[in-house]
Amino acid sequence: MNRFAQSWMSAALVLAIGVALMFGLPGVMDDYTLLQGTIYAVMALLGVSLGFIWGFGGILCFGQAAFFGIGSYTYAIAVVNMGDSTVPFMLAIAVPALFAAILGYVIFFGRLSDVYMGVITLTVTLILFNLINSTAGPEWKIGVAPLGGFNGIPGIPTLNYPGKVDQALSPLELFYLTMACLLITYLGLRCLISSKIGRVIIAAKENEQRVLLLGYDARLYKLFSFTLGGAIAGLAGCLFANWGAFTSPTIFGLAQSAQIIIWVIVGGLGTLVGPMVGCIAIQWLTTQIGTQQIFNSNLVLGGILVVFVLLVPRGVIPSLGIALEWLWTRLMPRESSSSPQTVTAPPIAPSRVPDTAPATMVVVATDEEQAA
Amino acid sequence: MTPLIETRNLNVRFGGVHATRDVNFTLAEAELRCVIGPNGAGKSTFFKLLTGQVKPTSGQILFRGRDISRMKPHEPGRLGIGIKTQVPSLFNGLSVWENVWLSARRTNSAVRANQITGETLERVGMAAHRKTLAGLLSHGMRQWVEIGVVIASDPPLILLDEPAAGMSDSEVARTAELILEINRKHALVVVEHDMNFIRMIAKTVTVLHQGAVIKEDTPDRIMSDPLIQQIYLGKKPQ
Repeated sequence: MNRFAQSWMSAALVLAIGVALMFGLPGVMDDYTLLQGTIYAVMALLGVSLGFIWGFGGILCFGQAAFFGIGSYTYAIAVVNMGDSTVPFMLAIAVPALFAAILGYVIFFGRLSDVYMGVITLTVTLILFNLINSTAGPEWKIGVAPLGGFNGIPGIPTLNYPGKVDQALSPLELFYLTMACLLITYLGLRCLISSKIGRVIIAAKENEQRVLLLGYDARLYKLFSFTLGGAIAGLAGCLFANWGAFTSPTIFGLAQSAQIIIWVIVGGLGTLVGPMVGCIAIQWLTTQIGTQQIFNSNLVLGGILVVFVLLVPRGVIPSLGIALEWLWTRLMPRESSSSPQTVTAPPIAPSRVPDTAPATMVVVATDEEQAA
Repeated sequence: MTPLIETRNLNVRFGGVHATRDVNFTLAEAELRCVIGPNGAGKSTFFKLLTGQVKPTSGQILFRGRDISRMKPHEPGRLGIGIKTQVPSLFNGLSVWENVWLSARRTNSAVRANQITGETLERVGMAAHRKTLAGLLSHGMRQWVEIGVVIASDPPLILLDEPAAGMSDSEVARTAELILEINRKHALVVVEHDMNFIRMIAKTVTVLHQGAVIKEDTPDRIMSDPLIQQIYLGKKPQ
């Protein structure tokens, strides 16, 4: 990561752009386009959840869609049962976080390798997909909320003002809330990354053995980041259920899981903005390709992704950052560099180099002489 | 007086390989001990046992009288056993400052950790490189940064695995001075092959061979010992 990306200036810039979009877009967009903006922000939040645990925690989770789906279903079931959306909103964050914590505990404290991490998270997602898909009958319900099987749950009540069931959020208010959630999550994660906890999480990704030798329990830090990622994905799932007033098992699907990984790769691993940009770009591209009839949209999208991964392997945002830094160093006068080649001795170092040969060499010479 | 670290009949087996055989080792507070032995003698395994990376098959490791032989991998570090590994083990993607800071921050407030980090970098001569990524440093500098990482947490026991490996003569001399300066406050166990370096720092040397302690003596006596010469050079005693 370059210095600008790590600086608070970049965070301020991202927040400024985010706030400008949050308050600017409703003025220039019709209701339909604003709904599109809301779903982009929801998916960007989902992208950030994986971008954080993978890019900073080094945990490649193939099942981020599981937490997204659990968040979505938790909200739907809870709000149908309770009416008021305040507690369901909190449950939609807490339940996926708890699920991630249990799953993460098994993985990290069971000392399973990275390969098993991918296999387990993917398997859990597919199990949930099949489980929810098979709940189509009227007997499958929690409280008064039918699970709906492959048909999903339609007509989910939208979020309302806390304690005021009859005052549901309008599409514009939902857009504001979604954008606020996205920006607060971004800011919170930036603060976390700069804190002791965040640095240990990054350090554990870099060198887990050294983290252990320093006395930090790397498993706890990994579990924390994984749980936090699950909570953020759950929040995105809740907002998704609000956006369309509908949820279905397809959000647990393989396609959804793969898509999140692609967003992060395209946007750039190791940044928080990257997954947002990657998500919005891919989502927009998918929509645009879907409007034409000449080429198969999946084929075009696949081709673009392959070309992209080959030509811009770092992703959009890191590549952009490198280009800007290069430009910056060209335009600005250079600081006095601290090249690794210029060795500075410890201050207590002696000025004299010992002139005696290493003792081991003396022994070798004696031995050779004797042999001769 | 209770030793800082003590091992009692320490054994470890990897399948059919008996890597450590009944090792009885004692180190007092603020003592400096060098450990030598040919390749495969079990030096690194011994360090891994002391730091909880490997669990003993039998025997005990006592740190200030407390049995630590079954501790989790992060607990010896928490108790105050720091290690510089044979191949420098740093966070390559983090700066020199962040590497040392993470060590200092575990037991200190952010403000105090900043202060300790600055002092430590001055002490190991890496203050000018605080913003450099650890992965971009030369081998010798990585060794110094790792020593800085270890001492920043102020552990009572420091294990240094070949701290002078791959260094020039002048760097070796600087490292020896640094170790002696650290030894004013901390106990050290240093694994090294360079006997000249050992002469510069150690009063007592422990020799490991085929996983067992075969001798403990002064560097000069160790070097003139026919058995040690035989082990190192394959020369039969006269």
